[in-house]
Amino acid sequence: MTLKLPIYMDNHATTQVDPRVVEAMLPYFTEVFGNAASRSHSFGWTAEKGVELARDQVGALIGASGKEIVWTSGATESDNLAIKGAAEFNKDRGKHIITVQTEHKAVLDTCKRLEKEGFDVTYLPVEQDGRVNPATLRAAMTDKTILVSIMLANNEIGSVNPIEELGAVVKERGALFHVDAVQGVGKIPFDVNAARVDLASLSAHKMYGPKGIGALYVRRKPRVRITAQIDGGGHERGMRSGTLNVPSIVGFGKAAELCGAEMVSEGKRLLALRERLREGIQSQVTDTFVNGSMEHRLPGNLNISFAYVEGEAMLMGLKDVAVSSGSACTSASLEPSYVLRAVGVEEEMAHTSIRFGLGRFNTDEEVDYVTKLVVGKVNKLRELSPLYEMAQQGIDLKSIQWAAH
Amino acid sequence: MAYSEKVIEHYENPRNVGSFDKDDPSVGTGLVGAPACGDVMKLQLKISDAGIIEDAKFKTFGCGSAIASSSLATEWVKGMTIDQAMDIKNTQIVEELNLPPVKIHCSVLAEDAIKGAIADYKAKRAAKREAQAETKSETAKAAV
Repeated sequence: MTLKLPIYMDNHATTQVDPRVVEAMLPYFTEVFGNAASRSHSFGWTAEKGVELARDQVGALIGASGKEIVWTSGATESDNLAIKGAAEFNKDRGKHIITVQTEHKAVLDTCKRLEKEGFDVTYLPVEQDGRVNPATLRAAMTDKTILVSIMLANNEIGSVNPIEELGAVVKERGALFHVDAVQGVGKIPFDVNAARVDLASLSAHKMYGPKGIGALYVRRKPRVRITAQIDGGGHERGMRSGTLNVPSIVGFGKAAELCGAEMVSEGKRLLALRERLREGIQSQVTDTFVNGSMEHRLPGNLNISFAYVEGEAMLMGLKDVAVSSGSACTSASLEPSYVLRAVGVEEEMAHTSIRFGLGRFNTDEEVDYVTKLVVGKVNKLRELSPLYEMAQQGIDLKSIQWAAH
Repeated sequence: MAYSEKVIEHYENPRNVGSFDKDDPSVGTGLVGAPACGDVMKLQLKISDAGIIEDAKFKTFGCGSAIASSSLATEWVKGMTIDQAMDIKNTQIVEELNLPPVKIHCSVLAEDAIKGAIADYKAKRAAKREAQAETKSETAKAAV
């Protein structure tokens, strides 16, 4: 098989739409173009039928009923709706919210806004493997805690939280449990009942569906109520007004169905691919460190630090490969990844991290090509690195008084 | 981020990579930046008794723009007098490499590295002269 360049290994950022998903969507642009809210003619009914099938498909993937799925524009909106909606609705019961330092910005920044509006937010630390310790959560909960928001799996280091144990802790105090499940759903088992989840954010484009469509799972039994954040026609049981994006919803449904059907076999394949990449790199390059948990990790994730080599310079060397880095230089803020910092990775090592996100369309050949390229570039950049030279000379880099700039 | 062609060219073919013996009296070493900030540059100049920069070498831990800035600096300083090298401004590096605003600190580091190397060379020379002067006065005393 011949390799096609560039190679995409950034599947935490987004995924390619599966051709089977595209095929399912196509009729909904032209033939079945009706407004799913139109009740008076067949155009509306057939569109609605497509939407309702998708609702069941997405619900089935997480052990929910289709009736509990609220369509949104994506995970950012789902996180906003869940957290702001639950906080606003329950503010008379208490004003304490708990989340975690390594959450996605869509959760963290939403919580920060609520803080400005008078809510009290606790940002839990994580263990060195990137996971929340249930005991830490238990200790942080009070009678005033109305909502706990914890992600299923981390987008940078792929660590998977003990979500069922955490859900049980949340319910000891009767708070609502929101899970940003974006990175885990479709890749690892996730059941809203087993984890006692009240609200869960999902996104289609992280699971081989289209961009611009997401969902919020909202539990019906017992009924969870949230305050709508968008006013309008009262769609989605009044929780999210706006005409439904029918083709994308249909695509999301198909994507969910495929992920559910292929999860076990695809999970095994991705894990083997990830280990091939990790072993290939670590057997040929010294001083590499895997960030996050090896045991509780998304199968397609490899986040690895290459000591003495700056991440952005690595990305530049891997120009035919799409990956990302926790280096400051790749962000506008010039701060290294807050997730890596939260798991105790020192700043100098955070600058050297590369995230590989393997997905459905990656192959052994691609992994072998990338391994070879990475090994070559690390060696080349280490030849260029004064830090590597000093380390080789036995100089302790920590003993040097660096002038921070 | 899109890199300028010149940055890519220096990144792919960095000039004057390597090290001189930092204890050589004709070598000045500038080591600037910090690993925690994601940039460290080591720039070394080999300077003749007449004050001409005869050779330059660098090693850089940092992004492509940092590598290119230091590579360019070594290229520029070769053949310059110490005073000419002291006059190199980071803005000239920014201009030559088309660095975007977020990468200006790379050019500042390169300028600092040149100045650091020259300062190190001057300090070494001063120490040597002092040592020589002492030896001379001791010899003179002995002669009396």
